[in-house]
Amino acid sequence: MSGETPSERSGRREERAPSAQRERSRARPETMSVTEKVSGEAAAGRRQKSRGANDAPMMQRVLLYVALGFVALLFVGPLYWLFSSALKEPSEIYSFPPNWLPSSAHLENFSEAWNAAPFANFFTNSLIVTASGALIKLVNATLTAYAFVFLRFPFKNLIFLVMLGALMVPNNVTLIVNYITVSNLGWVNTYLGLIIPSAGSIFGMFLLRQYMLTLPGDIVEAARVDGAGHMRIMWQVVLPMCKPMLVTVGIIAVVDMWNDFIWPLIVTNTVEMRTLPIGLLYLRTTEGYSNWGAIMAGTVMVALPMLILFLFAQRQIARGLTGGAVKG
Amino acid sequence: MASRTAPAAAPPSSGTGATSGSGSAAGPGARPDLAGRRRRSWRRHRKEHLLFLFLLSPNLLLIGTFEYWPVIYNAYLSLTRWNMLSGAPRWVGLDNYEHLLTSSSFQQVMLNTLFFTGTVVIGSVVLGLALAVLFNQKIKGRGVVRTAAFAPHIVSGAAVATLWLFVFDPNYGLSRVVLDPFGVASPRWVTDSDWALISLIIVYLWKGVGFIAIVYLAGLQSMPEDLYEAAKLDGAGSWTIFRRITLPLLSPVTFFVMVITIIGTFQAYDMIAVMTGGGPGNATTTLSWYIYEQGFQASDAGRGAAGAMILFVILLIVTGLQTKFVQRRVHYR
Repeated sequence: MSGETPSERSGRREERAPSAQRERSRARPETMSVTEKVSGEAAAGRRQKSRGANDAPMMQRVLLYVALGFVALLFVGPLYWLFSSALKEPSEIYSFPPNWLPSSAHLENFSEAWNAAPFANFFTNSLIVTASGALIKLVNATLTAYAFVFLRFPFKNLIFLVMLGALMVPNNVTLIVNYITVSNLGWVNTYLGLIIPSAGSIFGMFLLRQYMLTLPGDIVEAARVDGAGHMRIMWQVVLPMCKPMLVTVGIIAVVDMWNDFIWPLIVTNTVEMRTLPIGLLYLRTTEGYSNWGAIMAGTVMVALPMLILFLFAQRQIARGLTGGAVKG
Repeated sequence: MASRTAPAAAPPSSGTGATSGSGSAAGPGARPDLAGRRRRSWRRHRKEHLLFLFLLSPNLLLIGTFEYWPVIYNAYLSLTRWNMLSGAPRWVGLDNYEHLLTSSSFQQVMLNTLFFTGTVVIGSVVLGLALAVLFNQKIKGRGVVRTAAFAPHIVSGAAVATLWLFVFDPNYGLSRVVLDPFGVASPRWVTDSDWALISLIIVYLWKGVGFIAIVYLAGLQSMPEDLYEAAKLDGAGSWTIFRRITLPLLSPVTFFVMVITIIGTFQAYDMIAVMTGGGPGNATTTLSWYIYEQGFQASDAGRGAAGAMILFVILLIVTGLQTKFVQRRVHYR
């Protein structure tokens, strides 16, 4: 390795600068989310790129872009198929080769789907279940996390671990017994039955507790010295500082409740009480395979709200879902 | 301020107590005797303990009722026979397990589960890592593509499955459009028992792999840079670096990915319900679908519960292995 040219050596020295940047960015507290880390790294990468843009051979770059284009097609293709089919007239749907661009926006598919199945009910049910379920989940997560971090109780860490252990219980195991419990409570085919069994919060509680543990303790201490009670400290001091994590936990809860399938399927037994995902199954079975336009329109109605939420909150969703992935 | 801070700062050994009012109660200069202080702190703690219980109780009650109680009662149900409608569970000992372990249709169910879960796990690791490496390159547009790949993960499985039913339509679906130029006729995906499980695997991977890529990407970007530089100094090529440094360092992430993917495939009710309903025949009946079928279509709570116990034990073993492996092999800081 002694025969290296000066240019190689200086090239390496240049590379070292951004890596120092990386070191620093890694040294930030671990509350920093995965996505924040991703963007920080991306910035470091950009700096590096501007220095060594000619490093990668041309051929390799072309291949990378081909691969990226292929991946883009793989994921965008079916989504485009969904949205374009929802707007196509029946004659366009049943033509081969297909029309890639719908000749006009055939919105009748949506009204057809809306009329073929009680979508107004599905929407109402999904909204009620999602909003109240996610809210209760969030409140549970907050109260429990606060208690575990800021209150004293004998063996509270043991209690925390026991509650966290419920993460190990798959929903396959709870399905039959929860149905029995809910039917004993007389909650079958009611909103209570749809909401309450999934209103407890384990993972959200865990995320919030970890976040609260990193808050600067002296601020809370100062509030206490000023004579603030726990409720006030929670509302006015701790929760405002937890805002990013509260948003994350809330959004994850919304996505979970909206998309939940198997529990609403078994706990409701009339069409009017179904939520959107089950309603979509109902639409498909009533329309059979004969009216893809309307079925795709129904699919858009189920998928679009979460896609929009995703576009606005991709960062929070990634942080919530990957929580604990890298740092254990 | 100082006179109030002092008594308030004295209890910090006792930590986070509600000190409201205690400052003035102690009084300036008054040296509280030990018993009195203990009594006071006990009273103060009791208030705090009650508040703790109050804040905890809703969540504790819900988790106890809907997570832990089911495990216990499900274990009991698996030893009984009951139609869930009338009467009471009748004790049958290990009959349900005996039936499951000896019936050939349950063997088919286990094989389906193994094939579905196994292929999805391998696919998630390989494709997820490949995507992450791609997204980690400094190329334009990677952010947009990353978003597009991640998006299906948060869309309802029922919606994704319905979309893919149309994609898989042998006459008018996207699959015919894609396969036609190669002169290949589209298989009858979901209605052909040879292809049905493969269809499910494709759809599951399409929905989930973008998220796995995000997880791997986070892992890739927390790699210690100095190791790479040392390897480069030693003249290692990029493939050697990937195999000898990146992959071993990523092993905890890989195990995490495997566990969440296994759990995820056990929850894939929506896809199976929409696309195949466990069929044709029982070609796509996985263990979790079998539990649902036994419990809610055949009204056989005992067999469903026994299936659930088997699934639970499998999951416990997998998670236990992960914990053990990760504890032994986490290298990076």
